[in-house]
Parts: sequence; structure tokens; C-alpha cells
Amino acid sequence: STRSFQCRRSRKRDLKKGVIKASVELKPPPYALDALEPVMSRETFEYHWGKHHRAYVDNLNKQIAGTELDTKTLEEIILLTYNKGDFLPPFNNAAQAWNHEFFWESLKPGGGGQPSGELSRLIDRDFGSFEAFINKFKTAAATQFGCGWAWLVYKANRLDVGNAVNPRPSQDDKKLLVVKSPNAINPLIWDYSPLLTIDVWEHAYYLDYENRRADYISTFVEKLVCWEAVSARLDAAKAKAAEREAREEEARNGESDEQSGSEKNMQLYFD
Amino acid sequence: KVVSYYGLRSPPYESNALEPFMSKRTLEVHWGAHHRGYLDALNKQLENDDILYGCTLDQLIRVTYNNGNPLPEFNNAAQLWNHDFFWESMQPGGGGTPTDFLLEKMEKDFGSFSDFKQGFKEAAMTSFGAVWVWLVLKREKKCLEIVTTSNAINPLVWNDFPLMGLDMWEHAYYLDYKNDKGRYVSAFMDHLVSWNAAAARLARAQAFVNLGEPKIPVA
Repeated sequence: STRSFQCRRSRKRDLKKGVIKASVELKPPPYALDALEPVMSRETFEYHWGKHHRAYVDNLNKQIAGTELDTKTLEEIILLTYNKGDFLPPFNNAAQAWNHEFFWESLKPGGGGQPSGELSRLIDRDFGSFEAFINKFKTAAATQFGCGWAWLVYKANRLDVGNAVNPRPSQDDKKLLVVKSPNAINPLIWDYSPLLTIDVWEHAYYLDYENRRADYISTFVEKLVCWEAVSARLDAAKAKAAEREAREEEARNGESDEQSGSEKNMQLYFD
Repeated sequence: KVVSYYGLRSPPYESNALEPFMSKRTLEVHWGAHHRGYLDALNKQLENDDILYGCTLDQLIRVTYNNGNPLPEFNNAAQLWNHDFFWESMQPGGGGTPTDFLLEKMEKDFGSFSDFKQGFKEAAMTSFGAVWVWLVLKREKKCLEIVTTSNAINPLVWNDFPLMGLDMWEHAYYLDYKNDKGRYVSAFMDHLVSWNAAAARLARAQAFVNLGEPKIPVA
């Protein structure tokens, strides 16, 4: 079964002081720790989820306790602490906490196979074929030097210049891309919507595959990927892009509607 | 037809000589697969290259670093060098304290050997991602320093003299220590690091850097 990704926060309201204290939770993966044997062992999960992921969450909570980041969602924390490349201390922990949650939800027991529906159509449109996409994804994962991640993202292609309006916007401007990122960085900071990721930090595959990263990547694609989750994320990304466009359209119309606006307000008071 | 521009040196000890602090399996995979992999990849890249020919490995690293905009060969060349340096920075029955001039210099620049050890461990523990931690003799400043570099970078690119290096990429310790970086760093400092090698490198570096104190006559 799939879940759409949500930022999970638990808010404990301190009623005496009226202060909301938020902390990031460590959620377990949506399957048992041994459910992905033998391609990703229980031991790997015990360390990868139980120690690495847990440490990122715990350290992040320690870093944001009592600061203004305490009240923000995890995605907001990532964007704020990225600080245009000059990371603030919580960035690495926040981004890694997000990345790992996203990663667990990209896997499922008995995964693999092929995507379907809208996702399949967009893959064929933007990469040529499913095989071409997989090759690109595998290459990105294999050539990420050092620690990092490889991603399939949805890019709602927008010009970020204040006065530039696309005169003929169409759904075809938005496309799928394969990107790779080092260390903790993820595509949220580039304003992309991530759909799928593979963790190529060595701790993700060393216990099961030692140095054979290529085997790990192939196995990931053939036996672990949860295409339903990817499709669900694509739907969410498209909805978000559409909503954002609607809001920007409204904002632009709102500026030119100031005069007629006051008339509308007066009309409200008449029966 | 095999074309090879650089060779793979084996560590100066058997693969089980560093047990139990670094297992035989780790040596086999780290040296036999990772280190050899960098060599093979570099040789393959140099096959197609007409310009990068005839350099020593040190020169190749500096050239391909290209002042911070590295060429594709840099990662492989630097990692090849780094790993050679790493094997030679360790010895069976290592650890302990340095002696003679190295110890003197360390006390001068860090206060004491234990201060240095503390600083080195801290640098290793607070690092993020794939890094190397080095004890370096800085050429201009003529002092010892602890330097952390990420991915494949090493102090040669800044023209400094590395004396000892620790591989903090996860592949160096994951099989033996899993996520426990602290135990790995302690094992390295207490039982593996070869101060003989570091002292020899310091002696060699003094051919290029004058570490003597000036004898200023008192009037």
C-alpha cells in the first residue's frame, strides 16, 4: 500500500506556558525490518534506520530545541538552514532525516517491475523509454562520487524572474529529470519535487554488497522500487504545481483588480 | 593488450597483520577492490588522453586538481595516492607516542601530544560525508596542523606535506565497526598509526621546509 508523503511532526502543547514544542519523529519504514531480505538485510536496516537515521533525528532535535526552527516543518527547516549553500548547523541532520524517510517509502517488499499510468507516460515522453530512464538513473547513482543520492524529480519549469510571465504556459513545460546530489543535499533546495531516490552513501549497501555499488543499484531497480509511491508523489507534485500557478495567477490579477475590488466590497453589504 | 600507466602497491604488511583493529576482509575489499578500482579507472582514463602523460602521481594530482576545478582524472589519481599513503601510515603494533623531533614539533604546535590526539579525534568525529583527516606540515606557516578534506582532496594540492592520514570514508570502517566511528578512530590512534612513517616523512619534508629556529645573537 502506498502513502503520500507528509511531514510528520508531533506537537506537544505545553498548556501552562502556551508554547508549542515540536520535534521531528523517527518513523519506522512501512514494512518490517526483515521484509526486504535478502536484497536488503535486516542487519542493514538495524544500522541504517536504527542507528544512522535515528542519530540524524536525535541530533536535529537537540540542535533546534529552543530555537525558532522548533516550530517549523522539516521541509521548512531544510530550506531555511540551506542558507543558499552556506549551511547552518542543522542542515545536514535535517536534510538527512528527510532523505531517509523519503528513501524508506520508496522501497517495498516485492518491488520493482514497471511504472504505469501518468508516470509511465511522462517517463516515455521525457526520457524516450523506460530503459533509457533506468540507464540514466543507474549512471547517476553509480557516478555520484563520495556520499550522496540519485533522484527522479518533477520540475515545474518556471522562470524565477519577478516580471517574467510565460505567455503560453502549457503542461509540457513541466518535466521529469534525473539528478544526483552530494552528501545531504536534496532537490527540495532547487525547488524540484522529488519522486524517487536511492541512497548511495556507502552505509546503505556496504553490509550487503561491500563495494559492489553497481549490483546494489541494479537490485534496487529490479526488486525494491515502489512505483506506486512514485506515482502518488507525482500526482501530489502536479497538484502542488497547479495550485501554485493558480495562486500566482490570482496575485497577478489581484494587482490589476484594485479598483473594481472596492466596489465588490460595497456590494457585500447590500441585500 | 594491457596498458598501465601507474601500478598498484601492496600495503607493507600482510592483509591479516592489522587484526583485530582492521580485519583481513576489510584489507581485501578496501585494497583489492576500492584501491585497485581507482587504479584501473585511472589507467582507463589515461588511455584516451594525450596530454596527461609522463607525470609522477604527485604531479598528476596537482595538474588535474586544476586549482579547484578538477579534471575527471583527479578523483581517481588522488584516491590512488591517498590510499597508498594510508596503508603506509599504519603498521602492525602501531599507535603509542611519537618520539624525538616529531614529538617536539607536536608539543610546540599543539601544546602536547594528547591535545593533538584529542583534536584529531574531534576532527574525525565531527566530519560529515566522505572525508580524510590528515596531520600536515604547512609549507608557508612551517607548523603542524590537523586538516580535514572531503572526497578525494589531499594536502598536496595546497603544496603542503601530509605526515599521516586517516580514511574516514565509510568503506574504511563499515565492515569492522559499522556506524561506530569513535571506536575506529580510537583503534587507529591507539593501535595502528605508524609514527615511524610520520617521522620519516617529516624528515623528508625538512629538505623543503626549514624548521630550524633562527639563532639571534644577544647583544
